[in-house]
Amino acid sequence: MAGLGAKPEDKASTPPPLWPDDVYRILKDAGVRQIGMVPDAGHSRLIRAFEADPETRVVTLTTEEEGVAMLAGAWLGGQRGVLLLQSSGVGNCINMLSLPSICHMPLLMLVTMRGDWGEFNPWQIPMGQGTQAALEAMGVIVTRADEPHLVAQSVWGAANLAFNTWRPAAILIGQRVLGAKNFKELARK
Amino acid sequence: MTSPNALLHRRDVVNELLRDRGDLLVIAGLGAPNWDVSAAGDNPNNFPLWGAMGAASMMGLGLAMAQPKRKVLVITGDGEMLMSIGALATIAVEKPPNLTIAVLDNERFGETGMQKTHTAAGVDLAGMALAAGIRTSRVVRTAEEVTEIRNLAHEGKGPVFAQVKINPEALYFVLPPADGGILTTRFRQSVLGDASLYN
Repeated sequence: MAGLGAKPEDKASTPPPLWPDDVYRILKDAGVRQIGMVPDAGHSRLIRAFEADPETRVVTLTTEEEGVAMLAGAWLGGQRGVLLLQSSGVGNCINMLSLPSICHMPLLMLVTMRGDWGEFNPWQIPMGQGTQAALEAMGVIVTRADEPHLVAQSVWGAANLAFNTWRPAAILIGQRVLGAKNFKELARK
Repeated sequence: MTSPNALLHRRDVVNELLRDRGDLLVIAGLGAPNWDVSAAGDNPNNFPLWGAMGAASMMGLGLAMAQPKRKVLVITGDGEMLMSIGALATIAVEKPPNLTIAVLDNERFGETGMQKTHTAAGVDLAGMALAAGIRTSRVVRTAEEVTEIRNLAHEGKGPVFAQVKINPEALYFVLPPADGGILTTRFRQSVLGDASLYN
């Protein structure tokens, strides 16, 4: 979540959040092999973990809907995956979500939120506020994780739902989890 | 020998692409490519799309990565490919050796009244795929060239992209099962075995 010249990789003054490490282990235990993503700073630690893992393949997408289709193909071939995206990318996925919904395929989406708690960029508000409604309109089971301690258990629950009941499920990781650090970074400018 | 001035017929193209298919896995894009693939013979190793326009090539990538020992052929239309043109860049980066994409290019949106697509104005899909980095990328105009693509699809030295120029003819529909659950389950059972039914 870079903004106003802030450097999202500059973590010198704040310790990294630990929930991405828990999420990585949960997704590994769930058998995730393919990772489709359009990057977000909130996912950067998790992306690095998957990139360092020889068992997982990280695919950078030009638009998030590519990932919905890719993971449908992965499922047909017997592999599980996860889609990492920002809330704005949910809007890019809407029609493609027909695929897991009508085909009884799992789809696990980890969505880092913009346009909710503490947002400073007004352009992020429309899609951020519409994210959950858009997902639910397409039949995606949505869980919000608005505290750091809720993220791992939410991912565990959604992964089980997706892979055992063959449905799309999304976790929305709120800006209460992701956002405070960014205000400090901005305040330094 | 096909006259260079005569456009190929789409079902001849698909029949040739699927000739002696062995254990080839096939994703068919929505609309006429789905009906063409189904006309060549319904098969559990086909995944024919009835919607999700733009999905076909990326489904092919996910499947090809999940099944690196199998060959995957995506057969789709020019409108469907144009809707997910960025996928060519993603596929070029990932370089799946076992993936071939054949676009049946009639330069029309066939299901909606034969309106012209961008390729009718000269948009060069094969050139775009090549520029993205898919090094084996061709415009196909003859039956002999179709056979070459059919053979490339079985070689596993891809990714391969083919823009097959075809006659804009409207043919009778041949429909595969429409239930996505059936299509998914039978495909997975065929590829992964009966164990997939218990997962």
